[in-house]
Amino acid sequence: MRLFVSEGAPGSLPVLVAAGRAPGRSELLISTVGPEECVVPFLTQPKFPVLQLDSGNYLFSTSAICRYFFLLSGWEPDDFTNQWLEWEATELQPVLSAALYYLVIQGKKGEDVLDPLGKALTHIDHSLSRQNCPFLGGETESLADVVLWGALYPLLQDPAYLPEELGALRSWFQTLSTQEPCQRAAETVLKQKGVLALRPYLQKQPQPSLPEGRAVSNEPEEEELATLSEEEIAAAVTAWKKGLEGLPVLRPQQNPVLPVAGERNVLITSALPYVNNVPHLGNIIGCVLSADVFARYSRLRQWNTLYLCGTDEYGTATETKAMEEGLTPQEICDKYHTIHADIYRWFNISFDFFGRTTTPQQTKITQDIFHRLLTRGFILEDTVEQLRCEHCARFLADRFVEGVCPFCGYEEARGDQCDKCGKLINAIELKKPQCKVCRSCPVVKSSRHLFLDLPKLEKRLEEWLGKTLPGSDWTPNARFIIRSWLRDGLKPRCITRDLKWGTPVPLEGFEDKVFYVWFDATIGYLSITANYTDQWEKWWKNPEQVDLYQFMAKDNVPFHGLVFPCSALGTDDNYTLVKYLIATEYLNYEDGKFSKSRGVGVFGDMAQDTGIPADIWRFYLLYIRPEGQDSAFSWTDMLLKNNSELLNNLGNFINRAGMFVSKFFGGYVPEMVLTPDDQRLLTHITLELQHYHQLLEKVRIRDALRSILTVSRHGNQYIQVNEPWKRIKGNEADRQRAGTVTGMAVNIAALLSVMLQPYMPTVSATIQAQLQLPLPACSVLPTDFLCTLPAGHQIGIVSPLFQKLENDQIESLKQHFGGSQAKVSPNPAAIETVTTPGPQQIQMLMAEVTKQGNIVREMKAQKADKNLVAAEVAKLLDLKKQLALTEGKPLETLKGKKKK
Amino acid sequence: MAAAAELKLLEKSLGLSKGNKYSAQGERQIPVLQINNGPSLTGLTTIATHLVKQANKEHLLGSTAEEKAMVQQWLEYRVTQVDRHSTKEDAHTLLKDLNSYLEDKVYLTGYNLTLADILLYYGLHRFIVDLTVQEKEKYLNVSRWFCHIQHYPGIRQHLSTVVFVKNRLYATSH
Repeated sequence: MRLFVSEGAPGSLPVLVAAGRAPGRSELLISTVGPEECVVPFLTQPKFPVLQLDSGNYLFSTSAICRYFFLLSGWEPDDFTNQWLEWEATELQPVLSAALYYLVIQGKKGEDVLDPLGKALTHIDHSLSRQNCPFLGGETESLADVVLWGALYPLLQDPAYLPEELGALRSWFQTLSTQEPCQRAAETVLKQKGVLALRPYLQKQPQPSLPEGRAVSNEPEEEELATLSEEEIAAAVTAWKKGLEGLPVLRPQQNPVLPVAGERNVLITSALPYVNNVPHLGNIIGCVLSADVFARYSRLRQWNTLYLCGTDEYGTATETKAMEEGLTPQEICDKYHTIHADIYRWFNISFDFFGRTTTPQQTKITQDIFHRLLTRGFILEDTVEQLRCEHCARFLADRFVEGVCPFCGYEEARGDQCDKCGKLINAIELKKPQCKVCRSCPVVKSSRHLFLDLPKLEKRLEEWLGKTLPGSDWTPNARFIIRSWLRDGLKPRCITRDLKWGTPVPLEGFEDKVFYVWFDATIGYLSITANYTDQWEKWWKNPEQVDLYQFMAKDNVPFHGLVFPCSALGTDDNYTLVKYLIATEYLNYEDGKFSKSRGVGVFGDMAQDTGIPADIWRFYLLYIRPEGQDSAFSWTDMLLKNNSELLNNLGNFINRAGMFVSKFFGGYVPEMVLTPDDQRLLTHITLELQHYHQLLEKVRIRDALRSILTVSRHGNQYIQVNEPWKRIKGNEADRQRAGTVTGMAVNIAALLSVMLQPYMPTVSATIQAQLQLPLPACSVLPTDFLCTLPAGHQIGIVSPLFQKLENDQIESLKQHFGGSQAKVSPNPAAIETVTTPGPQQIQMLMAEVTKQGNIVREMKAQKADKNLVAAEVAKLLDLKKQLALTEGKPLETLKGKKKK
Repeated sequence: MAAAAELKLLEKSLGLSKGNKYSAQGERQIPVLQINNGPSLTGLTTIATHLVKQANKEHLLGSTAEEKAMVQQWLEYRVTQVDRHSTKEDAHTLLKDLNSYLEDKVYLTGYNLTLADILLYYGLHRFIVDLTVQEKEKYLNVSRWFCHIQHYPGIRQHLSTVVFVKNRLYATSH
């Protein structure tokens, strides 16, 4: 036998391990040849490794070579090994070779590499954890382990690519990697160069094309049904039979909610939205909505839950906005606080308290923390060179300066952070700085400021992170961000600003300054709690009893995971620190970004005007939640998901289940006599419910939504196969069967109503009212599937839950919210679609034109800054243009209008 | 041909009585076999191998270690290479390679018919029916092998017979 290998061919890894198994290993000759040599005479493309047998035949498939060595050692093939090997060849290899190519040849990193692989790695992890064995085939290592380990080793040997949340996969991989034959093979093939050792081979390969359908989505997929053991079935049936008695005792509601010793106390915060703007859908899904799902879930688990949020109100942006609108900063805050509160109320966000940061409590707590830091020597004083715009006659806050990033050269870097490379910037380091308001070049002036001495606190921080991070459920992006900050080393951070609108600095010589929002915004959570209850310290100075969950978009990670913990640790005051830091990626709008100034995207206050119910918005936003990678809002996709998942899957199932009870059994749940088939279904649903719990405990909100849809798909299939509408017309046995199926189905519907509660609270309540679900079953979600609608239970009146979204409705919304992208199109067909708008849309645009017109007139009357006026005028012209296009007026008239 | 339909054909050619239920998974419609009260099996070649054992025709999986490994290699080739292509133009390289491989072979593993021949025949059928007379002559060894398998008792069933011309028309063209 002769084995041909080529430098860097990943297939050599499993082959070398398997070869160790075969008797008579000495007869195996190994030849290393160039990557382009065609060893197998009949194959056009070179392939490696190849085994030439003594008969002259060639084995050119890595799995087949491994299989051959195993067969020589006396191993017998079995169905499950075959299944793993087929899966490896058809499912894993395409995504894995793409990932390796991205990493080694294209130099991509992190999630770009891992993303295509996510599903496959999860599949292995689930299989391992489901069967609860150390190896794929059970207690001992076999062919499937060798082949899969060998395929994955080059990538996963770098711990950065071995996802921490996939515990079963990790331990399987680590067990194999420490075995001697594997270590030897790894040494031979990778030569301690890691994945880069594959370069000579991979660069001769054509670029792999990814299979389709790998975009972020919860595409409905028929889940592979798990293997059920007798014990699992027995346990599920026993639990089911307990019925309502299986429910835990309801814990009484307290007001205010305070931590209770011996209970799980969950404190949930959502990043405080900045007050000067209306939040867009990305802001909503990024924090408040995600946190809301978790808070509702937490209450369903009967955990003692407090969910807080509020508006972040201090800072330059507020001052500027106030100037723009001719109001005082306080008036601006009052106005926008109400707008925010209204939007969240419409979206059904279940805050226990929605507060604000401009309160006496904020001043008190911030100043207290500052004093403690000061007396403990964690505050430095320094003179700062600061940018001052002489034209606008003020020091420029970071976000009012733009320029070229000193690190990556990005042209539109902000004064505090570069959007492109994410590095923090000191505004004066910006190249070619510009005042964002008047575009003139600011000058550097010096001013005395206070700094938080982060380097001095770094040791405490690392100690805390060392205790908190391992094994925790922080999202991978949060870990990554914190890790890279620590790697670059912490620097003192300025915590004061030359402003009026902020928390005053209680120190002599700093009377005319305020705290920088970075220092005091995260303290907002504490002060908001203090406004909710005077016993706020029971939540915030109680790390032993309180689990703190903080939700945010990834740009907020440094303040929650690093700056605030440093401040809190420096006070020696035993503050409750974040235990679960949950950060989302960004949500884009169609193909671009949300942009208030360009009028692109849907903003919180507009969602209500679309006529689409809040629960549909919630569903779709959660369905595309940017969990793990950026995702995009798309109108067409929203229509599709509403019509397929909600209407045809979930709505259809729940409605049919209820209708059968009403139509065939007079509204009373029939007797259920479970057959083995029903018991299996019951068990599958129990397992899916448990999966849902596992996911939500790890705050995998989007994935858990998929579990709900899977349960409903099981339900639909069950009805479809058993056809109760036919059996009801048959003999006694058939009618009994129809009864059992209907009873099971309506109980699944009841379970779904509770599982759905965190996601779609109104729809959930509607289902529960239709089914007359007993109250205790509505507010608790146990880990088992219980029969909560026993035989004889009378249900209410059943009606459809969802409405179809129509194409023309969605098209007109798409046009309306498209901003500038949608309007100037050289494509005549596209213009044609714009000329058939709904009258509703024209009306909306007209209203907006009038509104914008008033703004411009007002500003001119007040002799506001010329540039600001110009910006508003541009917006007005833009709107007029949109309106003209929507009304179908030719572009020529439009140009004429513009000149006036 | 949908995978479930193909498995039904295979069942019949193996002489198995009907009774297995198949569902399809995901975008690529991967077949799933639900075994009574047991775990399910996923994947065309996995299920096919299982069916052969169910029919007690293990010889179709090869008798020596070498044959067994080769059968599985060609089954893998079927699902990774053959199934990846959509038109006969795409499949050009594939047919060329196979043609060269089959030059000195009666069956894929040598002298015995195996499951690999059956599934490769099913998988290639959609390309071969579209070949012109000239192309069939170009891939002469594939044609000979294909014609042989399609006349093997019980394999072809309702699939159309592909006609091959016995005498060469383009003898000098390649």
